[in-house]
Amino acid sequence: MPAVRVERLTKDFDGLKAVNEVSFEIEGGRIFGLLGPNGAGKSTTLAMLSTVLEPTAGAAWVNDFDIRTQPDSVRRSIGIVFQDQSLDEELTAWENMDMHGRLYHVPRDPRRRKIGEMLELVGLSERAGDLVKTYSGGMRRRLEIARGLLHEPRVLFLDEPTLGLDPQTRNHLWTYIADLNRNRGITIIITTHYMEEADRLCHEVAIIDHGKIVASDTPAALKRQIGGDVVVLETTDNARVLPLLQALPAVKAVEPRDGALSIKLDQADRHVAELVTSCSRDGVGVTSLSVHKPTLEDVFLHFTGRTIREEEASGKERMRMAVRMWRR
Amino acid sequence: MGVIYTIWLRNVKRYLRSKSRILGSLGMPLFFLVILGFGLNKVVTGPHMGRGYVAFIVPGIVSMTVLFTSMFAGIQIIWDKQFGFLKETLVAPVSRLEIMLGQTLGGATTALLQGFIILILSLFMGVRPGSAGGLALAIGFMILIGVAFTAMGIAIASRMDDMHGFQLIMNFVIFPIFGLSGALFPIGSLPAWLRSVTLLDPLTYGVEGIRYGLTGAAQLAPLASVAGLGAFAVLMVTLGARLFRRVQI
Repeated sequence: MPAVRVERLTKDFDGLKAVNEVSFEIEGGRIFGLLGPNGAGKSTTLAMLSTVLEPTAGAAWVNDFDIRTQPDSVRRSIGIVFQDQSLDEELTAWENMDMHGRLYHVPRDPRRRKIGEMLELVGLSERAGDLVKTYSGGMRRRLEIARGLLHEPRVLFLDEPTLGLDPQTRNHLWTYIADLNRNRGITIIITTHYMEEADRLCHEVAIIDHGKIVASDTPAALKRQIGGDVVVLETTDNARVLPLLQALPAVKAVEPRDGALSIKLDQADRHVAELVTSCSRDGVGVTSLSVHKPTLEDVFLHFTGRTIREEEASGKERMRMAVRMWRR
Repeated sequence: MGVIYTIWLRNVKRYLRSKSRILGSLGMPLFFLVILGFGLNKVVTGPHMGRGYVAFIVPGIVSMTVLFTSMFAGIQIIWDKQFGFLKETLVAPVSRLEIMLGQTLGGATTALLQGFIILILSLFMGVRPGSAGGLALAIGFMILIGVAFTAMGIAIASRMDDMHGFQLIMNFVIFPIFGLSGALFPIGSLPAWLRSVTLLDPLTYGVEGIRYGLTGAAQLAPLASVAGLGAFAVLMVTLGARLFRRVQI
């Protein structure tokens, strides 16, 4: 039995299809990533799966409970960490945990034991008695994850778990998440627009764009699917060398992108010299060159026709970040 | 019950922890009590003020304190909406009614505690309740005011997305309720038409009830006060629960 089964799930906001007939299945014990830019429908999908939002059409089962008819059973069997913080800053970490345990009807003794255990797990035992408002962003996130696990859910939802965190904290958090999954067998669903995050953590990803899933597989398979390596070449005259490069037998495709040329080919390392020679033969200088194996970023580009980075610094997120800064 | 208690506990903990808020929300009532009480004590006399103007307005100022504190406690859920904690409670496997009731009782409790502080301070101004039974009755009315207006705050907050409308609520809801309530003047001395307006104000019944309890004399029969305020409290809790159920996060 899959931990999560989604069939043609749809959410309509006044005629705008935020989620459009999305279907997928998640095996128990896996980390599944919903990958896409802001506004692609990731959070809406999560909101429906956690029974916060009612779907317009379609069906879904979480731990075999129907999200439409058994919302309480679904809620009891899942843990959620929201994109925006949902802690009470004027309570201590321990009190936040205790409050959660009570809301989920965890009896007193196991509750106290689990709180200690979970805080230990995310490395916050020492600070358990401190008010949350004295916590850093990374600590808050860890606390939220610990809280989401308190009632022993079988599925954990993480909505953009590392948004707005610095790279080091992000790395730490990834380790925690991977360990959780490995050591406790918890099924984890992550939404993210950080390709690196999906690549590092997820056993399987679904790329979602404009409310539709455009591709879904393991990261490795997705990368294989778009085929070959990519050489990014910056020259003094991109337009002039583009047709020359395209004519080379080893080259499969050339696309201008962000002021550089993105060249697709197999076994890039062998053909680098060839690329450079053909540029300089025409008197065009190479200013920068990098070889990379396909990443999920390339996969995203392949399936949606644009890079996710273009979306990354969108207005909405900048505003969110500004609001966060201001709240501190 | 567990859930109601949990939400109640959170409210009380937050209240006890925020010394600045406790002091802050006592500022205005104290100002009224001291300035009006001492300032007008010699000037204002009337058939309804056997024990002086200070003794007359203490019930009014207690009501005011409970009104303001409970209303803020209800509206506070906007904060929870904005700062996210409301999500945590709304996705838990509990009913919205339990959350709403916990919030209402929590707000009422903090409002009651604030009211007690005013009662204690008024002791120092020479105003003390006539009897233990009377005090108990007054406390009963304070609880009713607290419940009714926390629920009203929740009802309002359920329809608001941020604090922008707060000033509006302050000026057009909270202040008129306070001003029209007979907290500061005997409603019996008003012209008939204005008197009927004050009878539309639910706080009037609270003020008169507390006044009856503390001083033994009031413009309204205590039973009428219980009926008026009780009906309003039931109405507000029902309305608050209904609107809170529709809150989207």
